[in-house]
Amino acid sequence: MSGFDDIGAEIFREEASELLQSIEKGLMDLEATPSDTELVNSIFRSMHTIKGSGAMFGFTELSQFVHEFETAFDDLRNGRAEVSKELIGLSLQACDQICKLMDAVDGTDQDNQRILESLRQLMRPNADGAAVSAPTEETADAEVIGDQAQSIAPTATDAVITTVRFWLGTDALRLGSNPALLIDELRAFGETTVRALDDRIPTLGDLDPSDCLTGWEVEVAADLSDDDIDMVFLFVRDEMELTVEKRGAEPIAPVDTGSDKSEHASTAAKPAAEPTPTQPQAAAKQTAGETMRVATERLDELMDRVGELVIAEARLQALTGATSDPAMMSVAEDIQRLVAGLRDATMSMRMVPIGSILGRFRRLMRDLSSSLNKPLDFVTVGEDTELDKTVIELLADPLVHILRNSVDHGLETPEERLAAGKPETGTIELGAKYSGAEVLIKVRDDGRGLNSEKIREKAISRGLMTEKDDLSDNEIFRMIFQPGFSTVDKVTELSGRGVGMDVVMRTIGSLRGEIDLASELGKGTTLTLRLPLTLAIIDGMLIDVGGERYTIPLAAVEECVELPALHTVGHAGSSYLNIRGELVPFVRLRHLFEIDGEPPEFQKVVVVSSAGGRVGLVVDRIIGNYQTVIKQLSQFHACLKFFSGATILGDGTVALILDATQLVALGRDVELRARREAAA
Amino acid sequence: MRQDIQTDILTFRLGSEKLALPAEYLREILEVVPITRVPQSGKFATGLINVRGVVVPLADLRVALRIPRSPATEDTRILVLDVRVGDEKSTVAILADQVEEVTTINTTEIEDVPPVGSPWPPEFVLGIGQLKGAFVMFPDLDTIFKTYSAADAAKEKVAA
Repeated sequence: MSGFDDIGAEIFREEASELLQSIEKGLMDLEATPSDTELVNSIFRSMHTIKGSGAMFGFTELSQFVHEFETAFDDLRNGRAEVSKELIGLSLQACDQICKLMDAVDGTDQDNQRILESLRQLMRPNADGAAVSAPTEETADAEVIGDQAQSIAPTATDAVITTVRFWLGTDALRLGSNPALLIDELRAFGETTVRALDDRIPTLGDLDPSDCLTGWEVEVAADLSDDDIDMVFLFVRDEMELTVEKRGAEPIAPVDTGSDKSEHASTAAKPAAEPTPTQPQAAAKQTAGETMRVATERLDELMDRVGELVIAEARLQALTGATSDPAMMSVAEDIQRLVAGLRDATMSMRMVPIGSILGRFRRLMRDLSSSLNKPLDFVTVGEDTELDKTVIELLADPLVHILRNSVDHGLETPEERLAAGKPETGTIELGAKYSGAEVLIKVRDDGRGLNSEKIREKAISRGLMTEKDDLSDNEIFRMIFQPGFSTVDKVTELSGRGVGMDVVMRTIGSLRGEIDLASELGKGTTLTLRLPLTLAIIDGMLIDVGGERYTIPLAAVEECVELPALHTVGHAGSSYLNIRGELVPFVRLRHLFEIDGEPPEFQKVVVVSSAGGRVGLVVDRIIGNYQTVIKQLSQFHACLKFFSGATILGDGTVALILDATQLVALGRDVELRARREAAA
Repeated sequence: MRQDIQTDILTFRLGSEKLALPAEYLREILEVVPITRVPQSGKFATGLINVRGVVVPLADLRVALRIPRSPATEDTRILVLDVRVGDEKSTVAILADQVEEVTTINTTEIEDVPPVGSPWPPEFVLGIGQLKGAFVMFPDLDTIFKTYSAADAAKEKVAA
């Protein structure tokens, strides 16, 4: 049983942290649009779910804590209180607290009390006496839920009697529901009379004692709204039969049974009302049926298998290439098509919209803005841009660093901004969009911009460059990615220690991504992360150099040309190629990879581009395009600059994958050296 | 390794030397497969091989232990090992000129390397044992691989 509890608790934690995220997001949205009642409702629902399932899995302290917040939001919902910045701030703190409670961190008790105390302070002037009195009366006890609910009851008309009849599904007891608890919850609304309905219980011979066959009729001396009923039966609603009747002051509004019909009925009962919670719930239920949770490891395993399949398929292609059996070839073609489809489907399963981590950042920006006293607008664009799950996860930390830097170093203080003739409120934009086989993630601020002079001085004093070096602004900006580099004179709690940007650089590099940096002094800074759509499988161009085979990511390949005869011989290093009037530096891979022997008569040049630069790679032969499953290099080879990974070819041998970015950088070096030589 | 216990080892030859490694390091022994050369990788881990769909670096212990190189023969085998590099376990492969046997040795029979007169770098040798009257050397695989992964990284930094 304890095993079940553990699993249950684990599932609860998972669910609750998702709900917390949606609460956080909701709170942030609510701050922007305080009048949005649907947001309040959805926050309320999420809280209620956390409370309910928390109590179910023994997180008593947590559910009590959440309960009080739910009360506060109930007041919001009923218009008895208003959304304020303080309330949002406090609620966000509460979200953190709930996280701690979930992990059962010690010493949370005081914080609980502190947060709840501030909440009461905040709600007291606005709320009805009734709603506030209960929390102060209550003692930390499981009954708090009952007490609390009762305190809401006085708002209902006492003369009305609501009769609730319900049968749980026959499986209910086996699934762990406890009808007594539900009845207790109903009791909390007022005086109740409970009657068991035993007409469905069969004769002893047909009876399975673990079935739940008894129904209950509960008469409650209160006017229960549809919401109230929904909340009580939230977790069992799908399986149950429910009828609600009302007698007394109000005209009787019998609400019919069943989840599907009840939606009709409740809308019919109050046609002009705001969207009832039943509708979103029904919608949520629908999507719940269409999605399913899968452990990431399983997806990874599937991806590995598909990777193997792609390799095997390449072998099959190689073999069929040698035969001329049309039947064989048609089967091979079918398999090729199926494998490609399977690969795409598998990869799309791993895609997650980037919006899933943006919520975290909104919270971060809000906290930063208030702790640094820099008012700012945080704008997000392209939240539905999808990236591989692994990429998204690894991206979170670098983005935190970048955003912190933007607020802390990028944005000026409000006084400085006003003095510079800018609006007091700074803007930070986080945008994502597709660009070919890449995703661009852009962080833009309208702050003070990077001071290339200052960075230059710092770089010289640190020995990263010399006085003589004539670097472009862009190259100077890149200095901020050096480990330990910081232009800030004082270290703040947030940043300025010089760790961070180099970590960003490393992480993005490990994702085969690139960073572009653009800045205008006084106008702001834009940092662009360019990331590959996926990490697992790419299209590659296989080339041959001196009998060795290498793969170039096809996304980086611009064109292939013949090496002009005038370059076929000549010095071992490299020089320029004139491609339609433009000079492109080229590198002889034979030379770079220390391959001896005579090159063939007609060599080819593969022009690759990256981050705006281009380089021509001189190869012996272009073999063709292949699906390439990327395998990471071990730590013995990870530091090799020109290779980003390895792949297994159709014949089972290993081929290295060339790193376009590094080769373009090499080309740039070659260009600079040649220019210097020319100048000398 | 100094307690009085029997331990399983695999013995193999590199050049004229007889070496041994704990059997628990060994994953599998392969016939020579096509080796992909890694340019600019230094002398130690110069190649990559495909071990059933996994790309594994291939190293030559002779470089670390200063044993003269000799061309591959029909007895040459590839030993796939699990070594510990720093905190991580990694799979590596090494070349062996000839694989001899899996046997047991009493750990008390393994002695320290004499500080003088040893042809091998002492930091890479765990000890020397005696097996059927012949000397057998125990290379310190973890240290060797750790040193070379660090050395490659250091070299890279200098070059950058």
